Amino acid sequence: MTFAMDASLVTPIVSASIVAGTPLVIAALGELVTEKSGVLNLGVEGMMAIGAVTGFVAAQHSGSTIIGVLAAMVAGAASALAFAILVLDLTANQVASGLALAIFGVGLAAFAGKPYESVVLPPVRALPIPLLADIPLLGPALFDQQWLVYFSWALCAGVAWFLYRSRAGLVLRAVGESPASAHAVGYRVIRIRYFATMFGGAMAGIAGAFLSLFYTPMWSEGLVAGRGWIALALVVFGTWRPLRVLVGAYLFGGVLIAQLFVQGSGLPLEIPPQLLSSLPYIATVAVLVIISRNPNTIRLNSPVSLGQPYRPDA
Amino acid sequence: MTSRRAVIRTMGAALGAATLPFATVRRALAAEPVKVGFVYISPISDAGWTYQHDLGRKEMEKALAGKVQTKIVENVPEGPDAERVFRELAKDGHKLVFGTSFGYMNYMVKVAQQFPNNDFEHCTGYKTGKNLGIYNGRFYEGRYLCGIAAGRMTKSNVIGFVAAFPIPEVVMAINSFIRGARSVNPKAEMRVIWANTWYDPGKERAAAGTLVAQGADVLTHHTDSTAVAQAAEEKKVWVCAYHSNMAKYAPTRQLTASEEIWGGYYTKTVGRAIDGSWKPDHVWGGIRDGMIDIAPLNDAVPADAKAQIMKAREEIASGKLHPFAGPVVDQDGKARVAAGQTITDDALSKMDYYVEGVAGKLPKA
Repeated sequence: MTFAMDASLVTPIVSASIVAGTPLVIAALGELVTEKSGVLNLGVEGMMAIGAVTGFVAAQHSGSTIIGVLAAMVAGAASALAFAILVLDLTANQVASGLALAIFGVGLAAFAGKPYESVVLPPVRALPIPLLADIPLLGPALFDQQWLVYFSWALCAGVAWFLYRSRAGLVLRAVGESPASAHAVGYRVIRIRYFATMFGGAMAGIAGAFLSLFYTPMWSEGLVAGRGWIALALVVFGTWRPLRVLVGAYLFGGVLIAQLFVQGSGLPLEIPPQLLSSLPYIATVAVLVIISRNPNTIRLNSPVSLGQPYRPDA
Repeated sequence: MTSRRAVIRTMGAALGAATLPFATVRRALAAEPVKVGFVYISPISDAGWTYQHDLGRKEMEKALAGKVQTKIVENVPEGPDAERVFRELAKDGHKLVFGTSFGYMNYMVKVAQQFPNNDFEHCTGYKTGKNLGIYNGRFYEGRYLCGIAAGRMTKSNVIGFVAAFPIPEVVMAINSFIRGARSVNPKAEMRVIWANTWYDPGKERAAAGTLVAQGADVLTHHTDSTAVAQAAEEKKVWVCAYHSNMAKYAPTRQLTASEEIWGGYYTKTVGRAIDGSWKPDHVWGGIRDGMIDIAPLNDAVPADAKAQIMKAREEIASGKLHPFAGPVVDQDGKARVAAGQTITDDALSKMDYYVEGVAGKLPKA
């Protein structure tokens, strides 16, 4: 039995880790924007399930992956809209409404997706980026991926730019910090929160479509399998910073894939699979807690009004 | 002079007397359909464990048309909910109730005691009762045949196994598969990845990809989704599917599949419930009983390999060949079953070691 951590394994490990992390990146970045506006939407799991099934059905009928992804985006945004009406206009409890959305979304997706459980879709091809994909080792791992992976990088850069470099992002953060002050200087708090919440839902929908169209590709009940909850945790442990969330998601994917590779190597290691399966969670939390251990960072980055209902008086 | 009321009473009595024997005769001639309940762990979907049970149920319904009426409850978790479902089916007059997941065991035992006039059948459990029988399939027989196919088709001599949890049923499957493979290809080696879940298509697929990246060119699985079969098709490696024929998901890459076939068993058992001869039994059926078989072999399998597999199938059916006929040597070289002996059913159902040919260490369950 020989096992060498030879260079030829670097490419498949990195490549698979990125793929495993991508749905988390997309969903977590969407939730990050929602939370930055002060809205806590715990329904990511449900919105991902709704996005996954909608994307799958749309792609199957239209024969186009892009239409599938767009449909998933719209469906995710629509489910977030329902949540937003409850918590923003009717000032319902955000935690309870979010949990309800998570449970409802998973159930609705299972119900609506029943006839599609046996349908097979062709896998989405990788789209190698010329030149970059030819870099040894990391080239094929990073730049020979499906297009939603590239989208997730653009999303990360876009969200970072929006929040910290654009005026609109500044307003959004202000709304999340102190809705009363934002309202006082004339910003429409509720409307901004609506947009932020729906953006979060749209991204959760796309993340779901990544699972059903790019990753597996199939639809079945239980497809999301808790990834929505991990995305939520990543936002908190990544202290609401887009790049840290991205790192956390890849770390999670990386440890998940690495433990599979360790098992697949056939090395005579006696590690309980339960422990191996929990490693991605432990490692991600541990690392993110360490890089964000400065209490000032947390205080600076966590939106002060997160989860609190706001009703403009006028 | 009789009152009107008395006349009516007399007429009623006469009518009753006339119809009563008639009703009895009808009942004897064409009995009301017997109600039979099925409780499933997951949705029926289009492939997998529950799908196979439902195929069996449909076959039974067809064979006993008019005499039976079935009711399905799917997606019942292995918890207090299960107890409620079993109780309601019994209360609702289901003469016989099948439960098809291991974790229903204690709930079925409890409900069976509360409803002594109903009968229960539990799949994959080990507790029986006066009105509770158990049945299971010898899945390892199909696994052995799949192993032969894999052993003949592998070029890299690495076979990848995506497994759920290290329980005897799964360990048995791994061992039987590699013993089949090594019976025709002594160089074959098995790599196992424990996914620690019965159902997570994403993770199952990632595990399949990992095994392929590490040299496996034949995959198999003991998880419930079709993800491994689909991954094999995409990565152009062979796959031996499990539970169901997954040719639809891996049209060119499925070598064969180990399938459970419950129709015959359900027809027989429900037939007994209808004629009143049902008794609690302990059935562990295999190829011989028609409860386990393999899907049609891929055209890529050479004719002599096909012949080898079909011969082994015949021999398992006739009892001439047992996948765990001695010598059974574990991966540390220790003889677990001596040459000339065959493993006992008890030892099989407690299997907690890898046989030779499996790489890595078996984690403790």
